[in-house]
Amino acid sequence: MSNNIIVEREKGMAELERRIAELRQASAAQPLDMSTEVAALEQKYREILQELFGTLSPWEKVHMARHPARPTSLDYISRFDRFDELHGDRHFRDDPSIVGGFALLHSRPVVVIGQQRGRDTKENLRRNFGMPSPEGYRKASRLARLAGRLGLPIVTFVDTKGADPGISSEEHAQSEAIATCLQVFSTARVPIVATIVGEGGSGGALALAIADHVMMLEYSTYSVASPEGCAAILWSDAGKAEEAAARLKLTADDLRRFGIVDEIVPEPLGGAHRDAAEVVTRTLQAVDAALARLAALSVERLLEERYRKYRLLGEWQAEGLKPVGKPH
Amino acid sequence: MREWRRVIAGSAEGRREKEDRNDAALWSKCPKCGEVLYRRELAANLDVCTRCGYHFRMGAHDRIRSIADGDFTEIGEEVVSSDPLGWSDRKPYPAKLSADRERSGLSESVVCGFATVGEHPVALGVMDFHFRGGTMGRVAGERITLLLEEAERRKVPCIIFAASGGARMEEGMVALIQLAKTTAAVARFMEAGNFFVTVLTDPTTGGVSASFAFQADVIVAEPKAMIGFAGRRVIEQTIRQRLPDQFQTAEFLLEKGAIDMVVDRRNLKETLVRLLEYAKAR
Repeated sequence: MSNNIIVEREKGMAELERRIAELRQASAAQPLDMSTEVAALEQKYREILQELFGTLSPWEKVHMARHPARPTSLDYISRFDRFDELHGDRHFRDDPSIVGGFALLHSRPVVVIGQQRGRDTKENLRRNFGMPSPEGYRKASRLARLAGRLGLPIVTFVDTKGADPGISSEEHAQSEAIATCLQVFSTARVPIVATIVGEGGSGGALALAIADHVMMLEYSTYSVASPEGCAAILWSDAGKAEEAAARLKLTADDLRRFGIVDEIVPEPLGGAHRDAAEVVTRTLQAVDAALARLAALSVERLLEERYRKYRLLGEWQAEGLKPVGKPH
Repeated sequence: MREWRRVIAGSAEGRREKEDRNDAALWSKCPKCGEVLYRRELAANLDVCTRCGYHFRMGAHDRIRSIADGDFTEIGEEVVSSDPLGWSDRKPYPAKLSADRERSGLSESVVCGFATVGEHPVALGVMDFHFRGGTMGRVAGERITLLLEEAERRKVPCIIFAASGGARMEEGMVALIQLAKTTAAVARFMEAGNFFVTVLTDPTTGGVSASFAFQADVIVAEPKAMIGFAGRRVIEQTIRQRLPDQFQTAEFLLEKGAIDMVVDRRNLKETLVRLLEYAKAR
């Protein structure tokens, strides 16, 4: 039994999918015309799909973002025209939960960096479930500095529950590694486009998400804390996670409204994994369009606009929102 | 211990007011050695236990008095809390803010301004754990950014005292984005050739440690301060074992090479003045 509510729901659909496939096969093998039956079943299937996935609550989106079949960063990176992976932080080790290197996107040379979770248990163990250690963030900083020096735009893919919370990570100064990443990205003298493709978990996600253009897949999430963690802290009850998910305003729509996200990449009904190829194509096209637009800006203008953008975030609600209480 | 903490919580003014009303508040018990300390004596010793040297969590105004030579000109006090998410859990967020304001005598989790320290003009930012656990939301992010920008204009060094549980949950992503904002402001400030010092006090964790706290030229910490990215409980749950007591203390970080020095609060001003002299001597 999976603890992913979307996966559970899909199990019910699988039976119907199997029957449609059987009927189609039977229809092809027999002279008897069964196309009306097939069409009726397919219609029924679409209706159920619509009913199950047409409108998703924030909590359902959290599970969609964590779906085991959801395209991961490497599914996007492997569709670049070319990718030459670079490894290591030059201090201690190579962290497989962050991948990065030189790449060509629609013939444009770029440096690409992504958080990579595993696509099965074995890979998840190797990639620490996509939770980067300081070494991963140091590799990301190194690659971003390299991009800045060579004048190559930076493309990132964000997909992490959060930075690794382990003993070794603390010993190797996780805080410093993330802070440096934030600093390097906020000052990099090249255009940056970030896309949150799955889970955007707190500071560990933000470290790769400071960008001139921030995109989010329709059913991805981006949050200050996981709904479970938030519920445990505020209600001392992880069971309140669903409620926390709604309150945290972690969906693409919410964050677009806040100005934290600039563009939403639509997903097919039922989620990105139902048509991964199409979602990757759309995303890369949007990345390319953003890079083309940013390439027209001078470095000074680019840096000034990036600074102002983050400078004004948090300022936006000063207007129109009632202050709470009086200043002392 | 919790009860004692509650008695000593809050700024000096708040405390003194309470002291007059409540005889029990004349005394504080050291959570480390159990010594019962006369509050005035404790305050005179900069909230450091006279017996064992335990550093109590210090209020922002007491901190400023202990570091600044005299006058302190606050900036950013006009930036006040709002409720961007319309948040409510056990209590509505605005009610929590009001309660903390009442209890701590502070308008938010950080006090920023300008003063002289050993006659060197500096920008001072002081976080206070007694207000929402020192968490950084929109107001803290904005005030710290304003401080750094004004310090850059005045070309004076900046010293920030960190004390924080991290980004403020009740402001969601609006709080998280303050990491980006403050980091960018620090980067500009430092790139312009200015000197940045942070003093990490108990506790400095989460989003604050992963942004400006660890970006400084010199990172000082108070003895035994808990400093880290992930909270102790989170790590213990992840690895399913108890962590050694020393883990994530200032001394542990010094040994691991993450910070520059651990300084007793009673020597802190003197240390900061020495650092400021080097920056001035350039």
